[in-house]
Amino acid sequence: MRSRLPNCWKRPLAAVFLGFLLSISASAYAADSDGAARPASPAAEPTLVPIGYLKQEVKELIPLSRLNIKPEDLGIAGAEIGLNDNNTTGKFTKQKFLLDVERVPVDGDAVAALHKLVESGHHFVLVDAPADVLLKLSDSVKDKDVLLFNVSAPDENLRQEDCRANVLHTAPDLDMLADALAQYLVWKKWERWFVVSGPYPEDQAYLKAIRRSAKRFGATIVAEREYKQKPGARRSDTGEQLIQLQMPVFTQGVPSYDVLVVADRRGNFGPYLPYRTWDPRPVAGTSGLRAMSWHPAHEQWGATQMQDRFQRFAKRFMLPLDYQAWVAVRAIGEAASRTHSGDFAPINKYIRSDQFDLAAFKGRKVTFRKWDGQLRQPIIIAGPELPVSTSPQQGFLHEHDEVDTLGIDKPESKCKFK
Amino acid sequence: MRSDRILAAVIAVVGFAWGAGTAHAYTVYVSNEKGNSLTVIDSNSLQVLTTIPVGQRPRGIILTNDDKHVLICASDSDTMQMLDVATRKIVANLPSGPDPEQLNLNPKGSPVYVANEDDNLLTAIDLKTKKVVAEVGVGVEPEGVGVSPDGKTVVVTSETSNMAHFIDADTYEVTDNVLVGQRPRFAEFTADGSQLWVTSEVAGTASVIDTKTHKIIKVIHFAVPGVQGEYIQPVGVRVTKDGTKAFVALGPANRVAVVNAKTFKVEDYLLVGKRVWQLAFTPDQKLLFTTNGNSNDVSVIDVPRLKVIKSIATGEAPWGVTISKE
Repeated sequence: MRSRLPNCWKRPLAAVFLGFLLSISASAYAADSDGAARPASPAAEPTLVPIGYLKQEVKELIPLSRLNIKPEDLGIAGAEIGLNDNNTTGKFTKQKFLLDVERVPVDGDAVAALHKLVESGHHFVLVDAPADVLLKLSDSVKDKDVLLFNVSAPDENLRQEDCRANVLHTAPDLDMLADALAQYLVWKKWERWFVVSGPYPEDQAYLKAIRRSAKRFGATIVAEREYKQKPGARRSDTGEQLIQLQMPVFTQGVPSYDVLVVADRRGNFGPYLPYRTWDPRPVAGTSGLRAMSWHPAHEQWGATQMQDRFQRFAKRFMLPLDYQAWVAVRAIGEAASRTHSGDFAPINKYIRSDQFDLAAFKGRKVTFRKWDGQLRQPIIIAGPELPVSTSPQQGFLHEHDEVDTLGIDKPESKCKFK
Repeated sequence: MRSDRILAAVIAVVGFAWGAGTAHAYTVYVSNEKGNSLTVIDSNSLQVLTTIPVGQRPRGIILTNDDKHVLICASDSDTMQMLDVATRKIVANLPSGPDPEQLNLNPKGSPVYVANEDDNLLTAIDLKTKKVVAEVGVGVEPEGVGVSPDGKTVVVTSETSNMAHFIDADTYEVTDNVLVGQRPRFAEFTADGSQLWVTSEVAGTASVIDTKTHKIIKVIHFAVPGVQGEYIQPVGVRVTKDGTKAFVALGPANRVAVVNAKTFKVEDYLLVGKRVWQLAFTPDQKLLFTTNGNSNDVSVIDVPRLKVIKSIATGEAPWGVTISKE
């Protein structure tokens, strides 16, 4: 499946395939009894659609909970299951999708890795990298026929002042996530928030999103507190006793509130908060009740089938990054099947057009916002074990589409594609 | 109103006693997805006769041609159950494969075709031998199953591949694949076999396909005043035998669309219960039953008058519906 694409399979050849494909109609095929499509003409070869996956490894601390240790194939397995889905459909449309993964080590050269993919004929590349790396990658292929899918970076600037014409985002941004959570909290009438944040820039970015959401949906932040202590060793033999004392003290002495909202994206202290707050209050944000694109126990709208086939394939639960990669690969597959093409121009055009829509187990179609390339998608609100709700919540109205109450709406967009 | 009901009950009883009354009493079976049961309703009195416990998460159901058995896709039991309607006992479990959802019968009475969403297969099971006679590889998440009136063509819709796959019922070869709107969930041939109607839940449309050319001749869009487009999610569709009208269940829009099947114009939206899934006509085509998953009831539509005449409480989360021929 992860085949290296020979150098000869480059664009000219794809164009030949395109021409060939256009010359025949889907009904020209028959299939044998095991369902494998065979062409009416024995000479027909499938159109190849190579997809790249670039993963920039980053230095991260081991998470506080063993349950949150990232699988080695996080995201990649999602892309692979999307590839399987595309190829099942491709049997009938004579299209074959390929996935090639480039893993860039910490301090490695991501731009060189991307160029390697592009030079070997990959026009569609999923990028699992921090925002600064994504921007470098985007700028390095600005004049080429390349479409990047940001499958992991939630940073707001990538959708606003640093938006790029050659990037679509299947990862929800921090504003979408904060809005989705805020709508649920407000719907629940937990409108008085005690907000706790970590000291890092990414925590401050999420804090900014939380403040924005509170203002948009009418919640009140009664107090803000920063947890300044930097993490030491992840565990010590008597560590839990210490935390049991630290967390109540840290959350003591704030005005009356309904819910504690935590912004700790590295997970350094947030996971310690549930059940340890001074006042008996629920915890939401980066711990406790969280907003996400996907939850391993999400089973609404046919998602059971998705979870089943992912688990059979990857031998683990499907996580948000897997879903975000799956959506990107499916978007390419959908455009290829609708345009009967494996070529860059028609696929790129179709994905960005009004015709494009995708069924993605969210109870409504998902599409890309024209103003910033962000995937328009409902967001799951979930506890550790089960989803609790899906936002947008009822009653949060929008003149065009309720799901655009989540994240950066058109009038707020600062994106000028370049 | 009450005297009507009594009269209807009297007619029903008399009808039963004489074997054939003037107003025919059909038996309506409704699968309750969360209730793990079938609700049995008399079409004349519009009263619930009984509730029968069945396997886990029953969805697609269909009566056999002799009306003696109901075939039930028990999705979470990973089997197709065969219910003897006389004894109200499950008499067989058919090898449907995992997570069966929708099914349909060959007009000859056998085989039964079932879509296996998890395995990207359509399975054909002979009802006499209760054995799998064929498995056909189709697109991702096959769901709706339609069978042509002549029994020669089976169509299965795949929800993630967004295709209607045409399958030769004799050779089990996939003969064609027609791309339709997102998440196609149900396929229904017209009585004359000339058209195939396919609903697309996420696209919010119904596609009418010419069964000779396999071309889409019309994509029908729906617009319910005061309901945002995203809530229009078509699932069940039924076309009258005379080919004049089609009824399309619009899911969370809580409406059944009435479509002129000649001009493809939507003529009316009938307000039914919440989250309407599937539809079934009585054989005389005077009544149409709708399953309303989120209001735990069925709505009964008077077809000639295009009026919703009654809601009948069912078990929890009604999903599928099938009605006796006699």
